[in-house]
Amino acid sequence: MNWKNAFSTSIGKKVLVGGTGLFLILFLVVHCYVNAMIFWPDEPGETGKHFTEAAAFMGGNVAIRIMEIGLFAGLIIHMVQGLLLWSQNSKRRPVRYEVSAGNKTSRWYSRSMGLLGTLILLFLILHLYHFWAPNRYGQAFDAAWKEEDLYEKMVQVFSQMWVVVVYVLGCVSLAWHLMHGFFSAFQTFGLTTHRYKAAINSIGVAFSILIPLIFASMPVYLHFIGNSGH
Amino acid sequence: MQHYNMNLTLKVWRQRSNKVKGHFESFQVKNISSEMSFLEMFDVLNEQLVAEGKDPIAFDHDCREGICGMCSMYINGRAHGPWTQNTTCQLHMREYKDGDTIVVEPWRAESFPVIRDLVVDRSAFDRIIGAGGYVSVNTGNAVDANSLPIEKQKADEAFAAASCIGCGACVAACPNASAMLFVSAKIAHLALLPQGEPERKNRAVNMIQQMDTEGFGSCTNIGACEAECPKGISLENIARLNREYVGAIFSGSNNG
Repeated sequence: MNWKNAFSTSIGKKVLVGGTGLFLILFLVVHCYVNAMIFWPDEPGETGKHFTEAAAFMGGNVAIRIMEIGLFAGLIIHMVQGLLLWSQNSKRRPVRYEVSAGNKTSRWYSRSMGLLGTLILLFLILHLYHFWAPNRYGQAFDAAWKEEDLYEKMVQVFSQMWVVVVYVLGCVSLAWHLMHGFFSAFQTFGLTTHRYKAAINSIGVAFSILIPLIFASMPVYLHFIGNSGH
Repeated sequence: MQHYNMNLTLKVWRQRSNKVKGHFESFQVKNISSEMSFLEMFDVLNEQLVAEGKDPIAFDHDCREGICGMCSMYINGRAHGPWTQNTTCQLHMREYKDGDTIVVEPWRAESFPVIRDLVVDRSAFDRIIGAGGYVSVNTGNAVDANSLPIEKQKADEAFAAASCIGCGACVAACPNASAMLFVSAKIAHLALLPQGEPERKNRAVNMIQQMDTEGFGSCTNIGACEAECPKGISLENIARLNREYVGAIFSGSNNG
């Protein structure tokens, strides 16, 4: 079986979605770690210095910029394959059941990965427009580009209440998406054996709550608390 | 439990063949004993229909003791009805009370075309088995059981996987109409044993390809199959199948 065929079978597609999913999970850890620096106490007279420096490093570093291409590739594969799976699977039962099992045999979020993923994508477009596009556009097309202060930008963006609401909803979608996705990715690689199943499940639930919670706390903090001092 | 009789309304899927559209038809059944099985209740209904000169309802059944895998009704939204690790023939009417309405549908999946009423064509499963669910060695005479020692835990796991009766409830229950639990059980019980070892990689690849050719959906790890399986086949078998497949494609299976 050649490589092309290997990834076009039903399990092959799953491996692509699960593999890129695990990669995106790793990305979330790094992203969350860097962003959580906004909570690092400031020296007198400074605001968000630790975060600003870390963000500037991430923005200006060539290696990070190259890895970002991989990140976008991973994200696109994850979305395209995920949506393909969803659309193909939806045709496998041409006549629907009159009565469905609903939540008696499975969890709603496991059945709603396409919907949750689409919500995350919508949030992501807004998120990239807010924080990624301005700096990266300048970096690419403006000779006089200088990294914008992302902390200032966060304070400014999150001063709008509707943005805070959308970001929190994005994090909630992410949490439910991860609640299925984390375990599912390990299952796809066959790692959920009897020995590790319970551990992977527990770590998955903890991860799915913790990471989105930290992310969601940022807009909320900057809107209600962090912002007020300046 | 006290025996009682009940009157029920049944809403049953009727379809003359896979070439025509089906529809629901309602029936009243009277004086059904709480000690009858679900299929016996259908026998009563069919006798009533025959007496009235109407077409009886076609449904699959054979052993009626939960081991053959023939019965296949989707009852009030549940494959094999509401009891766990149970087949339709072993579902008993004490589950229901007088005046209940029960909706009975066939297994619904593109790969399980309706033959008539509640009977669907599950021969796709046979073709998946034909693609690799066997051990192709001439075994000769039965050998002494102890000449090929098998670790107890593996023997148990293989035995648990081999208890799959191929009824198709996993496909019926899966929101994607995926056959992964069935295929995983068939692959796992051979992959765990030394007899299955030589054809392991080809088996995984060929059976998966056949599964896809038959038009079953892709597994997205939802888990409804495990919840509905009358034999309690575990999702760990799907993990094993994924491992077998990923292992086969990265190490190169025998057919390229």
